[in-house]
Amino acid sequence: MTLLSNSMDNGCFSSPRHEAFPAGLRVLVVDDDPTWLRILEKMLKKCLYEVTTCCLATEALKKLRERKDAYDIVISDVNMPDMDGFKLLEQVGLEMDLPVIMMSVDGETSRVMKGVQHGACDYLLKPIRMKELRNIWQHVFRKRMHEARDFESHEGFEALHLLMNGSEQSDDGNIFAVEEITSIKKRKDADSKHDDKEFGDHSPTKKARVVWSVDLHQKFVKAVNQIGFDKVGPKKILDLMSVPWLTRENVASHLQKYRLYLSRLQKENDQKSSSSGIKHSDSPSKDPGSFSFLNTASNKQQSDVVIDSFSPSDGSLLQMDAPSHEGDLKRILSEPTTEKRRASPKSSQMSLNQPFSSVESSEASHAIFDCTIQTQYSWGEFPKGPLKEEQKTTVQLEDSFSQLPLHGTRHHIQVDQSQSIASINSNPSITEEEVAPSLDTKPLYAGYKSDYVSPVSSMGTAVDTFPNQSKSLILNDQSPEPIFTSNLGLKTDGFDVDCISDLDFYQRSLLLCGDAASAPLEEDLNFFLLQTEWYNMNFGQQNIDISECYDPRLVAEAPGYFYDSADYSSVDQSLFIA
Amino acid sequence: MDRNQSRRQIAAMKQSLFDQGLLDEQFIQLEELQDDANPNFVEEIVTLHYRDSSRLISSIDQALKERNPLDFNKLDTLMHQFKGSSSSIGAKKVKAECNLFREYCRAGNAEGCMRSFQQLKKEYAALRKKLEAYFQLARQAGPQETACRSK
Repeated sequence: MTLLSNSMDNGCFSSPRHEAFPAGLRVLVVDDDPTWLRILEKMLKKCLYEVTTCCLATEALKKLRERKDAYDIVISDVNMPDMDGFKLLEQVGLEMDLPVIMMSVDGETSRVMKGVQHGACDYLLKPIRMKELRNIWQHVFRKRMHEARDFESHEGFEALHLLMNGSEQSDDGNIFAVEEITSIKKRKDADSKHDDKEFGDHSPTKKARVVWSVDLHQKFVKAVNQIGFDKVGPKKILDLMSVPWLTRENVASHLQKYRLYLSRLQKENDQKSSSSGIKHSDSPSKDPGSFSFLNTASNKQQSDVVIDSFSPSDGSLLQMDAPSHEGDLKRILSEPTTEKRRASPKSSQMSLNQPFSSVESSEASHAIFDCTIQTQYSWGEFPKGPLKEEQKTTVQLEDSFSQLPLHGTRHHIQVDQSQSIASINSNPSITEEEVAPSLDTKPLYAGYKSDYVSPVSSMGTAVDTFPNQSKSLILNDQSPEPIFTSNLGLKTDGFDVDCISDLDFYQRSLLLCGDAASAPLEEDLNFFLLQTEWYNMNFGQQNIDISECYDPRLVAEAPGYFYDSADYSSVDQSLFIA
Repeated sequence: MDRNQSRRQIAAMKQSLFDQGLLDEQFIQLEELQDDANPNFVEEIVTLHYRDSSRLISSIDQALKERNPLDFNKLDTLMHQFKGSSSSIGAKKVKAECNLFREYCRAGNAEGCMRSFQQLKKEYAALRKKLEAYFQLARQAGPQETACRSK
């Protein structure tokens, strides 16, 4: 957020900071010891960070307040004459929400503890080594990721990706993205109060985010298999898993996702063959259009891939089923040509294996993985060239993820609307069952929201939950924008209670879409989307699809949303896989 | 030869500072930070340190004189700052004395504090002198001689 908006303000998009994160990280150092201040300044400059020094805490606060987004991270000594370092730490955390690193020559546990309690993201002991400073960017990165995950501000995250891929992007594309991000952010900020009220109930639960690690998921699957998939229920699973801190709601929402995932897998297998005939019928093949599809599809593919890795029939996490990939993608988006697309899933399959294996190692790497995936899509690159370049950029960050499925994702996406809808409808029992409780209880929603996001898996539930919508989906199947409609349907479901409130809007949009994609509609949708946190992300995809002309602005904007949803899905997927 | 001699002399001098436990790894860190942009970085830092720390020494001296009774908290705080400053150049022995002083402070041991401080001042002065000589030699030998590793 700060990175991006700062660049926006300065208009210096191509500053070194953006081209090679973490270089250019803006650090504010606060220390009353002039010797250390000088040393730290030198060290940080050597790390290619932008350094600002302050010898007084009050001065530092003043600087921070002057320009809230002028710094990415604050490093402060604990003992200062004018203000207690811990107090400064608190203030900065509250007012600016920046990561703060504390320093001291005193390493007593109690002091360190106090630092952590006051919110310090790290506590360094003097004498400080340069290598310790080199890695401070991780705190900025981590914060951005958490913010993105909290669905509160994905701009920072995108900004981060943008930065990471900055050098690979055309300036125009970047500026678009940047503008979009900033405008999205502004609107979001404006709406955040509204959102807070709406989702007020969820804020306490947001903090209790359940991270479905590999182990946890394995326990879950084991419990499910033990009980028997048909007889399974959240309570039973919870009891079997014997994870004390896990709640029934956590399990319930996870179970819902799991079921959707499984049912989707099944549908894919069922319809693979039949879908091929219908692929071409759907969306117009325009390059920008396909491009946007590619974007969304690629994200979906990722999530699909991730999901695939847990098909119950095969315990192996790395199993990637290319055919099911395609199936998923086909159902999700429409693509004019299929042939050449086919080739890629296979390669993507192989390439995916590697990243996932490394993904297993840590959740942090998942996050990175997801980030990198997203970045590739983010700036609506129309030409595929940049995408490839992006891939390279992300490679720099994480070699293990260098072979991200982007290759595969570009191609593919065939959507067979009618088929998908039909398939969705074919499993009403599971979805309805899952949807009903989630509709009723907000906590479930929160749990869902926090645990896992799967635009793809929401497909099944959506149609069943909102029968009107599904009808309009089907109706729109004939329209030029079928994808939009089906996607909408898919997306709405995931977010249960909150989704319902938007249902009318969706239906209206769907019907409108059926007639013709028009700019006003897009704007309406965009505006509406911005009203709701979650939907923003999901709608991003639809926005892309809706626009016949693929207004670059729209495309650039949508990815922001889209990435979030994709990100979450992939993040969560990777959590599954771990 | 003169050059080489000076170089060796400087290196030997530095080595002895380490061998005697007067300097620690932080000093090397400072040397590593020295580069073309800041060719005299180490000396700059040492100078800065002595300027700042002499102020602290005076303050502690003053606080120790205000005896009835000694304000141990104040002394501890001042010494904490002094220790921080000493750590910036890697003044190993001086730092050790700081720790001792602070222990006496916490124990409320006035005598211990004063004794410790006397010792500290000795170490402080000794190191300062040696470093001054070191930098003087280094300056004479030319900028390349101050063992800077360009990074």
